[in-house]
Amino acid sequence: MPEQTYLEAIRGGLHEEMSHDPSVYLFGEDVALGGPFGVTAGLAEAFGKNRVVNTPISEGTVMGLAIGAATAGLRPVVEIMFIDFITLAMDQLVNHAAKLHYMSGGQLKIPLTVRVQCGISGTMGAHHSQSLESWLAHVPGLKVVMASNPADAKGLLKAAIRDDNPVVFIEHRGLYWTRGQVPEGEYLVPIGKAVVAREGEDLTIVATAKMLAATLEAAEELSSNGISVEVIDPRTLSPLDVETIVSSVKKTSRLIIVHEAVEKDGIGAEIATQVQQEAFYYLDSPIARVAAPFAPVPASPALEKCFVPGKTEIIRAVRRALNR
Amino acid sequence: MVTKRENPTELVPLLRTMWLIRAFEEKVSALYAMREIRGLLHLGIGQEAVAVGTCSLLRTDDYVFGGHRSHGHAIAKGADINRLMAEIAGRATGYCAGKGGSMHIVALDAGFVTATGVVGGTIPLALGAAFAAKEKSKGQVAVVFFGDGAGQAGAFHESLNIASLWRLPVIFVCENNGYAEFTPLSSHTLIERLARHAQTYKIPSNTVDGNDLLEVREAMTKAVQHARTGKGPAFVECLTHRLRGHYEGDPAKYRELSELAEWKEKDPIARFTRELKHRKVVADKDIAAIESEARKLTEQAAQFALASPWPAPGEVASQVTA
Amino acid sequence: MREIAYYEAKFEALNEIMAADPTVHLINGTFLSLSPHRHVYQELANKYRDRVMSPPISELGFCGLATGAAMAGLRPIVDISTGSFIFEGWPQVANEAANAFSMSGGQTRVPVVFHLFHGLRGGGAAQHSASPQAMLWNNPGLEIVLPSSPRDVKGLLKTAVASDNPTIFVDHVQLLDVKGDVPENDSPIPFGLAHVKRKGSDVTVIATSYMVQRCLQVAERLASERISAEVVDPRTLVPFDMATLMTSVEKTGRVVIVDETHQSCGVAAEIAARIVESGFDKLKAPLRRVSTLDVPVSYSPPLEDYIGPREDRIIEAIRAVLR
Repeated sequence: MPEQTYLEAIRGGLHEEMSHDPSVYLFGEDVALGGPFGVTAGLAEAFGKNRVVNTPISEGTVMGLAIGAATAGLRPVVEIMFIDFITLAMDQLVNHAAKLHYMSGGQLKIPLTVRVQCGISGTMGAHHSQSLESWLAHVPGLKVVMASNPADAKGLLKAAIRDDNPVVFIEHRGLYWTRGQVPEGEYLVPIGKAVVAREGEDLTIVATAKMLAATLEAAEELSSNGISVEVIDPRTLSPLDVETIVSSVKKTSRLIIVHEAVEKDGIGAEIATQVQQEAFYYLDSPIARVAAPFAPVPASPALEKCFVPGKTEIIRAVRRALNR
Repeated sequence: MVTKRENPTELVPLLRTMWLIRAFEEKVSALYAMREIRGLLHLGIGQEAVAVGTCSLLRTDDYVFGGHRSHGHAIAKGADINRLMAEIAGRATGYCAGKGGSMHIVALDAGFVTATGVVGGTIPLALGAAFAAKEKSKGQVAVVFFGDGAGQAGAFHESLNIASLWRLPVIFVCENNGYAEFTPLSSHTLIERLARHAQTYKIPSNTVDGNDLLEVREAMTKAVQHARTGKGPAFVECLTHRLRGHYEGDPAKYRELSELAEWKEKDPIARFTRELKHRKVVADKDIAAIESEARKLTEQAAQFALASPWPAPGEVASQVTA
Repeated sequence: MREIAYYEAKFEALNEIMAADPTVHLINGTFLSLSPHRHVYQELANKYRDRVMSPPISELGFCGLATGAAMAGLRPIVDISTGSFIFEGWPQVANEAANAFSMSGGQTRVPVVFHLFHGLRGGGAAQHSASPQAMLWNNPGLEIVLPSSPRDVKGLLKTAVASDNPTIFVDHVQLLDVKGDVPENDSPIPFGLAHVKRKGSDVTVIATSYMVQRCLQVAERLASERISAEVVDPRTLVPFDMATLMTSVEKTGRVVIVDETHQSCGVAAEIAARIVESGFDKLKAPLRRVSTLDVPVSYSPPLEDYIGPREDRIIEAIRAVLR
């Protein structure tokens, strides 16, 4: 299996789907030039500028255009450069893409993929660093996926493009240049399936996107102190695979959720609520959340460093939960 | 009225469709008054010539998008009025199985892709359908109906720019009825004619008397031909008036009664009828027959709708995703 | 004490606010919705012609304008009307107004109020029934207020306008005709102060906005079955009064949360997670939430009625936590 970066895996997935299905089109600012991080580099050369389409800086209208194209039989992929800019397309995404299938009594299908990158990386401040996945997971009709490694990035993206629903595919900018083994060719990761990233006995941690790596590091360090942590990556936030999490909690009796978004009404709130409902009598300690503070993301490198939860905060939460 | 080179036999069906829309909406209004229909209802009584003048020139596989006042657009595009009435009444037999309602009509079998409850919301969607049409090269066009209120929304301006830039086969049909919800256009913009914006974006445009069916048809013929032959978008602004309030139940106190009376004089159906009589295409008895046929059909649609079952509660969670 | 309707209390607040502070401007005019009382608002528009504006349908434009005006010293109250339309103004609310104070290191204050009507209103369907407050709770920098009674709407609206932060004022059309006591010359109600709307000892029912009224009715009904429900209204989500909630939870050990946002990542999820986090050992049973089902809002009346936090669902949840 070849080793690739997360970014190359996404590009590979896009390339394969565009070869596989001529109705797949890519729209976005600068996508024909490769985009700001080079994710789409070479695609315009391979598939032509009529399928890899540069758009003006008109996020709302481009999102609407893609939704309209989806109603007319295309399978568009829209790139929103930063998740912060998805604010500009919220009406189209929330009021139209998410609801047209339902409002039309099933007559319309919206096979749309929205590629968007999020997260804190490179001191970009409050308008280029947010993690807004829980907004989207709150909207019925949207599917939301977040990949934490190159293989999942490829497999989830391919599944998203083939899905007949609007899927928001959230990439983490801080993972773009991380490497991992990526299966070649036809490799699909099913939407709605979590994965146990590390098995353990004493406590379950659910972590998303870039927080998965920090959690695995913490788990490794804790194992040398005799604490065995099970780590779960939900991979899809909507629909959430709560069964996998609940069966782990029934084994370990303790749960911590780690994400980079702010804590309030983040995906952790939803996971905690569902788990206490399903596994209340199995729990030996309160469900804890490790997340960003309730504040806009600061620009200063010094502040940004304290803002992102990491290994230290995770280990502290684990020790508190186990009381040791 | 301008002289048009229209084949008289093609004109009678246009009158039928206008009457069908009128009778349908009057029936909807009556059912609303009787509390048989609830929710937010926006009627386009008085604006029928725009819907019919436009859609009569379209193919079934052309894509039409509407706004919140779109019963007429869907009917003109060929939607089944029984399923449409059932949808507005929230019944299981409606086009959208009761999940859409008056503002969210979808009649895909007729090429009416969707309406929207958000002012200006479908303008970008029409761009997308036009983009797909261009790629498929089957000569399809996309048409979007919107009101003068949408002309002040950001999506409108972004859409004109992209349509022009990419030469998309989309026809922007502005139903300028003078009021954005409850406010006269003059309180919302200093640009009296929205077609002016099209000029800014280098889109061929025309402002016509939207209550004159033949004038609408003439402008629309050029616009459709322009878009269908790959020359890019076109913009037609139709000056018209809704004879009801913004929504059913709106007392419309912001409108002078004299203004309403003036527009009633310009009723598009009466005008077209006079024209047909003048051309000796129809006689009085034909006209009476057309009206009563329309009333009969809408009465049947109402009976169909009200006799239809409500959606089962179990349906509520279906069709959230495909 | 004086009993008046909710819409009267709200109008009174607007009137007193406009009279007291010349920097307050009202942008857009459906503060009393399309209800039969909307003519009342006209009085205000006539009285303050220069400070009551009727903008074009340009939510993005006028939300931005109000944010900018607030930065420049005014105190605008923007009516977004139907909550669904906030998505059009979203970049200005979520990216600009919410972040400005923090991003400027505390230099820029944004004393703007964004007012909207949320929730199931009867035939609003999927694009006129949104409850965006859960999403906004995930967005630091905004204060979020949900009144549920005549006295609260008046007192909280005054505090919202006086606040130096951008405030989302989440109202509900079904509340407009609710009657309640509102003392003359009542003082503003501070944010971050939950209110026990009914005392009880068996179960804590945490409810927001119009659901408070529904839960009070449910509590009344259950009282006849000797079930004593305490109804607590947080009144503001940001700031959030955890202490009052926990006092009640410590007493009852059983919790039901009733809120009209969609279930996944909804308001009830956050309240539940916080109670589980800080009050887990006080809980005698898993807490239950009753939210709007995770489907777009249907137009058809029976489907619309079905998906909300219905009375029977609330009662079932209360019985479940008491088991």
